[in-house]
Amino acid sequence: MNAFLSRIRALFDGDRASHSVVPPSGYTANLTVFTAAAMSFLAVFAIALSVATDRLADHWAGELARTATVRISAPADQVAAQTQAALRVLETTPGVAEARAFEAEEQMALLTPWFGPDLPVETLPIPQLIEVVEDEQGLDAEGLKLRLAAEVPGAIFDDHTRWRRPLVAAASRLQTLGLVSIVIIAGATAAMITLAANSALAANAQIIGVLRLVGARDIFIARAFVRRFTFRAFAGGVLGAVLATIALLFLPNTEEAGGFLTGLSFVGWNWLLPLAVPFLAGFVAYAATRFAALRVLKGLT
Amino acid sequence: MIELKNAAYNYGGRDLLSGLSLKLSPGSFHFLTGPSGAGKTTFLKLCYMELQATAGQVNVFGKDVTTLSRDEIAKTRSRIGVVHQECKFLDHLPLTANVCLPLTATGREVNPDDLRDLLAWVGLDGHADSLPPQLSGGERQRAALARAVIMAPDIILADEPTGNVDWEMSQRLLRLLVELNKMGKTIMIATHDLNLIRAAKNQVNSRVLRISNHKLQLAGADL
Repeated sequence: MNAFLSRIRALFDGDRASHSVVPPSGYTANLTVFTAAAMSFLAVFAIALSVATDRLADHWAGELARTATVRISAPADQVAAQTQAALRVLETTPGVAEARAFEAEEQMALLTPWFGPDLPVETLPIPQLIEVVEDEQGLDAEGLKLRLAAEVPGAIFDDHTRWRRPLVAAASRLQTLGLVSIVIIAGATAAMITLAANSALAANAQIIGVLRLVGARDIFIARAFVRRFTFRAFAGGVLGAVLATIALLFLPNTEEAGGFLTGLSFVGWNWLLPLAVPFLAGFVAYAATRFAALRVLKGLT
Repeated sequence: MIELKNAAYNYGGRDLLSGLSLKLSPGSFHFLTGPSGAGKTTFLKLCYMELQATAGQVNVFGKDVTTLSRDEIAKTRSRIGVVHQECKFLDHLPLTANVCLPLTATGREVNPDDLRDLLAWVGLDGHADSLPPQLSGGERQRAALARAVIMAPDIILADEPTGNVDWEMSQRLLRLLVELNKMGKTIMIATHDLNLIRAAKNQVNSRVLRISNHKLQLAGADL
């Protein structure tokens, strides 16, 4: 760690001398900055995607996990008796905090969005719903299903797992995609910086030859290039991250749409995450240039 | 200082140089001569470790060159000053920065008084801020010599230092190299200019090496 810190320090102050030995490189420097900016811009979105889907997965898992439903489908004259029987079973089941049969009005309210307000719901053979709220321990779904099957033939227990699982799976898959994107972006940045560094090394072959001749060590020569590319990538990283963060700030608010989507944006401390992007860009450039430079230098006498 | 033991350099399947044996002792003054393309530059490159012998052994300051790491070679080179035929500089930096390059590249301080004295010694005190492309051939040669000696090296190797300059200037460069030799430096000058070798005979006790037929021979004292 100390060695790493001293390298960082050398990058900043130790080698102004090594900085000046390589001539300024004009517009190709701007291309490096642009590349780093573009990649950082994309990286911020990939991070936003990961964070948002993580939040979404938590949200879905949390909302759906604590509640379950028992549905009673029985001939009209037995519904009331079976509902009572099911409630008795539920009350004696460990892990059930609350079990409550829906009133007819509540069931109607649930159906209104689908059938419209004018449908005479009471005339239809609609199953009775019982809302089950689990307590902290959670309940043993398999055991409950068996007991209900034995005592209440018309009862079907639904713990929403079947809804939850694909949603949570989709959300975590999206999160993985976001993380993979970040890795790919970092890799592409490293590749582009390596190409730029190699062409800079080739363009300055004569200077490298002179430096070698007068007794400069490889690390001195490499540092001249590493320093440049690290600062360019960092500057580009700042530019890209700032622009992407501004873009996220001005995303339309999805809360009012009342939906499912929690929005591709940051919440709370997440807003600090884009700060890491320029440092990541700088570090990638540092590592890529150092590797490229030392490798090229090793091939020279 | 530099010792070659039966060293050879093989290029493209044939020996360019072979059976080289030589021991450069401290404070000696050698000329290296021979026809163009005989391998004078290659011989010097073996001495300053830009090339490695393909056979035999080269020892620099008592160490076998093949055992040195890249950083050790860099460190050893700071004890050897090299003046090239085609002087290479960093064209975007002024003369002073170029002359000081061996110091800055190895993290050493530049003493402004020493630098001023050095530039005066090679007669470039009026050109401190000139860029290398603005200098004439003779000025470039003298700048290269100043750069070669700024680290106070033990050995100075010069490859055709008078190749691009007139007789007057070559005499001046020779005097500078003779002065360095009198200060105890080991000097080796590759040249095909026999007049220069003759002129040196009056000033310094020099020996002449000759490369011909891929071999290194000690030429007669009566050149």
